[in-house]
Amino acid sequence: MIEVGDSPVGVSTGGRPLATDQPLLVFVHGAGLDRTIWQLQTRYFAAHGFSVFAVDLPGHGRTPGPAPASIAAGAAWLVEVVAAAGFDTAHVVGHSMGGLMALELAATHPTRVASLTLLGVAERMRVHPDLLAAAETDDHLAVELVSSWSLGRPAHRGGHPTPGLWMMGSAVRLLERAAPGTLHAGLAACDAYQGAADAAAAVQCATLLLLGELDLMTKPRAAEPLAATLADATVVVVPGAGHLLMVENPDVVIDTLAQFLVPVA
Amino acid sequence: MADTEGLGFDTLSLHAGQQPDGDHGARAVPIYQTTSYVFPDVDYAAGLFNLERQGHIYSRISNPTVAVFEERMAALEGGVAAVAAASGQAALFLAVATLLDSGHHIVSSSSVYGGTHNLFTHTLPRVAGITTTFVDPRDRDAFRAALRPETRLVFGETLGNPGLEIMDVPAIAHVAHEAGVPLMIDNTFATPYLFRPLDHGADIVHHSATKFLGGHGVAIGGCVVDGGTFDWDASGRFPTLTEPYASYHGLRFTEEFGTQAFAMRARVEGLRDFGAAMAPQTAFYLLQGIESLPVRMQRHVANTRAVVEFLDQAAEVAWVSYPELESHPDHDRAAVLLPHGSGAIFSFGIRGGRVAGKAFIERLSVFSHLANVGDAKSLVIHPGSTTHATLSDEELAVAGISDDLVRLSIGLEDPDDLIADLAQALRASQR
Repeated sequence: MIEVGDSPVGVSTGGRPLATDQPLLVFVHGAGLDRTIWQLQTRYFAAHGFSVFAVDLPGHGRTPGPAPASIAAGAAWLVEVVAAAGFDTAHVVGHSMGGLMALELAATHPTRVASLTLLGVAERMRVHPDLLAAAETDDHLAVELVSSWSLGRPAHRGGHPTPGLWMMGSAVRLLERAAPGTLHAGLAACDAYQGAADAAAAVQCATLLLLGELDLMTKPRAAEPLAATLADATVVVVPGAGHLLMVENPDVVIDTLAQFLVPVA
Repeated sequence: MADTEGLGFDTLSLHAGQQPDGDHGARAVPIYQTTSYVFPDVDYAAGLFNLERQGHIYSRISNPTVAVFEERMAALEGGVAAVAAASGQAALFLAVATLLDSGHHIVSSSSVYGGTHNLFTHTLPRVAGITTTFVDPRDRDAFRAALRPETRLVFGETLGNPGLEIMDVPAIAHVAHEAGVPLMIDNTFATPYLFRPLDHGADIVHHSATKFLGGHGVAIGGCVVDGGTFDWDASGRFPTLTEPYASYHGLRFTEEFGTQAFAMRARVEGLRDFGAAMAPQTAFYLLQGIESLPVRMQRHVANTRAVVEFLDQAAEVAWVSYPELESHPDHDRAAVLLPHGSGAIFSFGIRGGRVAGKAFIERLSVFSHLANVGDAKSLVIHPGSTTHATLSDEELAVAGISDDLVRLSIGLEDPDDLIADLAQALRASQR
């Protein structure tokens, strides 16, 4: 169990305890989701030489409290979590809103971040006004829109490698579990954040950009300004995947991330 | 604005769970008739066993053809995942054994399939120390009163067997959730085309796929669908999902797999250890049926309505029990929960009791006399002497099975032929 102050932090450690003599790998989820979105990646890297935790951001999963009001607030909280876990540095992997927080973290605390991996991000992550409005009133429409737009067209038909797993239903249910207001807070934080370009310019570590070819929420071309600004960026576009690429194509995400991390770790 | 819920029900019936075959372009779901799968390398193999990679290891635990069936069922029911089993009974046992330990307790509707009644009444107490209290499916307070500290599951059927009591799923789900336990619904009679229990508060859906899902009467199979709705952590009553599992190096299913915890444990423990797996050939047969489920269910319901209307007017018939009739106690609930029809199975009472019933059944020629329901062909049976024969007189009375009760499962034949067959057999029954 990790605690920040007196408040518990929900994490999955991939089935193995944290060990401070191993490099730390931290996974950060997107708006309205939780740690379990990384279920295969956490278990893989925990079995391959890393101490791993996928964290529940405040207000998500098992971590109590209101959702971070801004990308900067989320990044500051992540710094505290890494320290509370007993580590000085971490390889940080973030998805969507979690990716922006990871980017901000790497920019503001360069000595804390050994490497940075961003999935499904863009320089500006404006959110459709209809979606923001639905999320603000906790209208179930917001859950349906995010689920539908997050999965690439092939994933709408399924065929997931996990036997029997229905991705669309899983996405809907996970978002439904978020406390009232949580999804809206995340989407609003993304919509308001304008610091990605400056943050990218300040990042000093190696960065991997993993983008879904069919992503409707953050189209691959919307990440091009980030890739151009980052000092040491590798861009990989995952064919056939949408915004939830770590769910839609877990093996490619694992293999690409492993290839990236081995030299830097 | 773009579509909000993904593909529609009819499209999912045909496509969910399948990407076109990448190797050969096969349009139909291929039958992967294999016990095992070649690992690309040692590390990947270890990853599959450690649940860090997903794929197939051995067909007792998963198989590509069966996985398409499972994913399609999860999609049609609106769940997060499904696990197939060799039969509906195997799926029911799989679900119970995944959640309950010795000493635990079930509250069940009394109007359930005879096989379910046997499992709950006789077999579970003997082999697992799990007991069941049966209650009137229409009595919400009876469900609440039967709950005990050791209760871990509330169970019922969408449409009771054979009385077609319509489970008040939203109300019973509320009772179960107040007690911190999930509601599992056997949705075999309704199919997800007519009713989706997860949309109304249930947490797990159970099916005998042998019936309407297959529709052809050539394959036995079942499944459970995990709704992903129940908060096992908050309940605190389900250590199989929330506490470390020694068989997987201390894995906590809710911590790692979240909303999919139940389905994951049912597969990696239940199918691994109990072994009641669905065969790939069976999954293929069932998928052929599911492809046409929407159009078949429409015809099943239309034919049933025609037959019910005929029997309701027939002089040889004492009573007809079908929820769309105003005389049925659940008529109003049917209109709310089952607006597209109350299924294609119903019962009626024949004047002259058991003797007349015997003559009636033996005179039918289009209807087949056998122990099944949900076939494309119309079926008939006398439950008191067959499917529910092991129940005592008292249990029969509780289940609403009288001596004159005949159960029909209406198929897809021409409705005029069905009515003509029934008319001549009814006349013969009164001679």
